[in-house]
Amino acid sequence: MLEGLNFRVLWEYMPFFMEGLRNTFLISIVSLFLALIVGIIACACRLSPWKLVRGLSIVYIESIRSTPLLVQIYFFYFGLPTLGLRVPELQTGIIALMLNSGAYIAEIVRAGITSVPNGQIEAGISSGLNYFQRMRFIILPQALGVTVPPLLGQAIVLVKDSALLSMISVMELTRCGQTLTSERFMPTEAFFTVAFFYLCIYFVLKSMADWSQKKLIFREAY
Amino acid sequence: MMLFYFERLVEILPFFLKGLWMTVVVAGISLLLGTFFGLLLGIARTSGNKLLVGLIGAYVAVIRGTPFVVQIFIVFFILPEWGIQLDALPAAILALTILGTAFICEIVAGGIKAVPKGQWEAAQSSGLTLYQQLRYVIVPQSLQTILPPLVGQYVLLIKDSSVVSVIGVVELTRVGWLTVVRIPEGLMVFSLVGILYFAISYPLIRLSNRLEKKMATQQMML
Repeated sequence: MLEGLNFRVLWEYMPFFMEGLRNTFLISIVSLFLALIVGIIACACRLSPWKLVRGLSIVYIESIRSTPLLVQIYFFYFGLPTLGLRVPELQTGIIALMLNSGAYIAEIVRAGITSVPNGQIEAGISSGLNYFQRMRFIILPQALGVTVPPLLGQAIVLVKDSALLSMISVMELTRCGQTLTSERFMPTEAFFTVAFFYLCIYFVLKSMADWSQKKLIFREAY
Repeated sequence: MMLFYFERLVEILPFFLKGLWMTVVVAGISLLLGTFFGLLLGIARTSGNKLLVGLIGAYVAVIRGTPFVVQIFIVFFILPEWGIQLDALPAAILALTILGTAFICEIVAGGIKAVPKGQWEAAQSSGLTLYQQLRYVIVPQSLQTILPPLVGQYVLLIKDSSVVSVIGVVELTRVGWLTVVRIPEGLMVFSLVGILYFAISYPLIRLSNRLEKKMATQQMML
């Protein structure tokens, strides 16, 4: 099955794959960071007392969650130029990933915040804490425990989703595999290498997620 | 000009509906196959046979750890090198089934593990065979835990089916991609594609939420 692999060509292309790996890594980190900001803002809007703000955030979250990422990427890739905006592929891709993950993160953060029982918030109010103090000392410390494991899960999804940017010719890991396939016609070498690198990233993130989950259970038992 | 393109778009609406039908067919077939194999593997995963559990665990990890685009390239480009030539449509269904089986197997295994041990013991001491234990005692009870995430998984599968457009299956996303070349209004074309996806995904998301709420109240009543 694997005896036919041409390691010489693989070795020759290794620096190329390394660059792809680095790009995938950078794209994921940047999009995750931006998505966190978008997600927290969307979640704050979702929980806001104003109906219009709440409605807008619901429309954003639900429309992102019920359409495929690939369609969203094409939407920005083909759509931004018609608005007269010339955005390079890389930035277009990061915008799409940011808005996509932002919607999921908003839901994760909301689940975390609503997991804190109302009685605790009331207790905070009657202890004379103001809104920010309640957030800082009561809600956030408890909500973080509930949100961190699914957030790491979302990070895993984000890394995998970044592979779709290859469709708009961003030079990341999957695109490297496609390039090797078209230049040397070696799909086996190309895509097994790509899959191997993704698996490495997956196992690192997965063990982090499991670790944080264990910590969380410990804290609950405590 | 916008209006002109809009009219053109309305003209070729049947083309989009055909794409939607293709999406439904591809996603539907792989969804059924994935549920069937996922159920089998999920039950096998809780069997306690170490070799079997290890093999299924490795399969699930590989599928969860790699992007679906890479998986579909592997199915479409590498299988022919081993002598298995598949057309785009069967390759798409095969790849989606492999993906769906892995995720559904996890959901089923989780649901079965959530059934208390005493139920197994009671069923066994009532003299039921393994099949009867599963059919009449374990599966009906775990269905409550399984159903909401299962429907959620169906939504994910429908969305992932957009990725099969990259190997040339003319489903909804591919139709959008083909259209945008002739009608250069990216926002309009991909909004339409998005709306059509929304029309099938959103009801399922609502169903999943409702099942989850129903399950929560049922558990409270117990």
